[in-house]
Amino acid sequence: MLYRTAGQFKTSYKADQALFPVRQDAVLLIAILIVAYVIFPLIASEFAYQTLLIPVMIYALAAMGLNILTGYAGQLSLGTGAFMGVGAYACYKLITIFPWMNPIVAILFSGVFSAGIGVAFGIPSLRIKGFYLAIATLAAQFFLVWLFEKWAWLYNYNASGAIQVPNTEMFGIYLTGPLASSVTQYYLVLVIVSFMTMLCINLTRGNLGRTWKATRDMDIAAELIGINLMRSKLIAFAISSYIVGVAGALYVFMWKGAAEPNLFDIPLSFQVLFIAIIGGLGSILGNYLGAILIVGLPVVLNLLPAALGLTISSALVEHLNIMIVGSLIIFFLIVEPHGLAQLWRLIREKLIIWPFPH
Amino acid sequence: MLYDYFIAPFVDMFAAPDFLMQVLWEGLVSGILYALIALGFVLIFRSSRIFNFAQGIMVVFAALTLVGLHALGVPAWISVGLTLVVMFGLAVTIERVVLRPLVGQPDIILFMATIGITLFLIGAGETIFGGENKVMITEELGIPTGDYVLEPFGGLLILQHLDITVVIVATLLVLALLAFLNYTQMGRAIRALGDDHQAALSVGISLQTIWVLVWFIAGIIALVTGIAWGARAGVSFALEVIAYKALPVLMLGGLESITGAIVGGLMIGMLEKLFEIYWGQPFLGGNTETWFAFVLALIVLLFRPQGLFGERIIERV
Repeated sequence: MLYRTAGQFKTSYKADQALFPVRQDAVLLIAILIVAYVIFPLIASEFAYQTLLIPVMIYALAAMGLNILTGYAGQLSLGTGAFMGVGAYACYKLITIFPWMNPIVAILFSGVFSAGIGVAFGIPSLRIKGFYLAIATLAAQFFLVWLFEKWAWLYNYNASGAIQVPNTEMFGIYLTGPLASSVTQYYLVLVIVSFMTMLCINLTRGNLGRTWKATRDMDIAAELIGINLMRSKLIAFAISSYIVGVAGALYVFMWKGAAEPNLFDIPLSFQVLFIAIIGGLGSILGNYLGAILIVGLPVVLNLLPAALGLTISSALVEHLNIMIVGSLIIFFLIVEPHGLAQLWRLIREKLIIWPFPH
Repeated sequence: MLYDYFIAPFVDMFAAPDFLMQVLWEGLVSGILYALIALGFVLIFRSSRIFNFAQGIMVVFAALTLVGLHALGVPAWISVGLTLVVMFGLAVTIERVVLRPLVGQPDIILFMATIGITLFLIGAGETIFGGENKVMITEELGIPTGDYVLEPFGGLLILQHLDITVVIVATLLVLALLAFLNYTQMGRAIRALGDDHQAALSVGISLQTIWVLVWFIAGIIALVTGIAWGARAGVSFALEVIAYKALPVLMLGGLESITGAIVGGLMIGMLEKLFEIYWGQPFLGGNTETWFAFVLALIVLLFRPQGLFGERIIERV
């Protein structure tokens, strides 16, 4: 009923190919954007910013980067965490070498470095496929984390080996560092993530996106119809690593505030991969749904015992959390292997034809 | 400069052959363990196309169960038996609960499911046994702990009895596995399933039985590796990391090849030790073992995309 498309006529091809052929989609998106831009900042607490809103955005962005590569271009990567690290360290070096640099510019520019490294580690994908490629990206994962630890120049020869986010400001407002307020950081993350999402949606709808999908579905056939595989795969690696790098810079500068090399170790890569897969490979919306689930679930599980009046030690809660997250991942894979985005797609279909079954 | 990097290490090797032998021996011992874990991977991959990421945590889980049972007062060898029962139960549960509903899904979904299993087992292991480090019950199992001191070329070479036992047991296990795969009905069924799923099903091989069987074999391998590695480095969740080492072994040897897993494991074990001692520590600040194997495998794969012994990849449109 709410989603009825009857009466929405398209009179040109252009209208048919518009971003929102169904009007209700646009209305829904505007509602979500209003909630994100206006309502959340009015009601959110410091706790909500730090444990839910900001991390969900950042993880969704990282998963979007991975999804471009894995979901659209079909190249499985297990090195996302390390590429996030490249973005974070690049941003840190940029800000400490050029203190006058605008932090937003630094964050956006740091993705370029991870894009470069992503392309370098993407070159083997021209010969290596499937799981062999996945393990090959683990080479990037382990090598880069080792490099973050051993190359003292990267963390400015700190005794602690960790990077600390300095305070930076623009127009008198602190954007990064301990002095920055959560609201500022939330808005900054939100703007960057919204912008990147729009970019991704349009990229995947366009010529490049179709090229990637052809490469994913069968690369030899794609080559036969005249797609340059090398170009298609390497561009996917570059764009994916760029987004992941920006997400990494945001991760440290807008959320964590400090980072040690092992923060970018393999669990981070897996977390992002979970978000992309639970959300749905080859979908932009799925990254947000997946991020909400994977980031929100531990928070809810942590609050649950107290809400039920149970007293469980925090260590036990943490262990149970890992167990529950693991089983839920299996559960979601069994129930809907194509991810949460597919669930939404099915619900939407049903809504459009409601109350008829077909 | 060039001399330092490319010639001096070799000069060092020949100047102190006893030290070189010590390094190679250490590499051989870890290599044989990598090969064992890789074998577990290969068996599961061949029979079900599942890239089993949970192999590492199975090692930890088996070792924890063994130590935990012994701590309850169960005699050492009976705990081994009981641990095997637990691993069998685990194999049956995984097959029933996780794999059966996911038959026919894309590879990546099954792969993610094994990561889900990994998380579940980490959580379960920490909840049941606690997260702290434990000592493997080496002596109770009757594993010798002394060492031989040899003096080749007038130098010094120390061979731990433990390491020798590990090498012998691992070799026997590998031989037993090969015999099982080649000469028994069940083993041939596993190989048939690896060659062609549908053909194997059509001659009456039960997919479910074989899957439980290969996961159980992987569990046995996990237990042996857990005992061996636990005796050298203690039982903790850090052990999981050694499973990552089996991945480059698989790449190098080929995902389907049993020979590849063995040769690759030994190669990687020895080469990474050599690189760490002669290049990593002097020039790169050490701890190169975390990535060397991966980079080596990556370089090999650039020339042979299916690994050294993998099935030739034939692509059709």
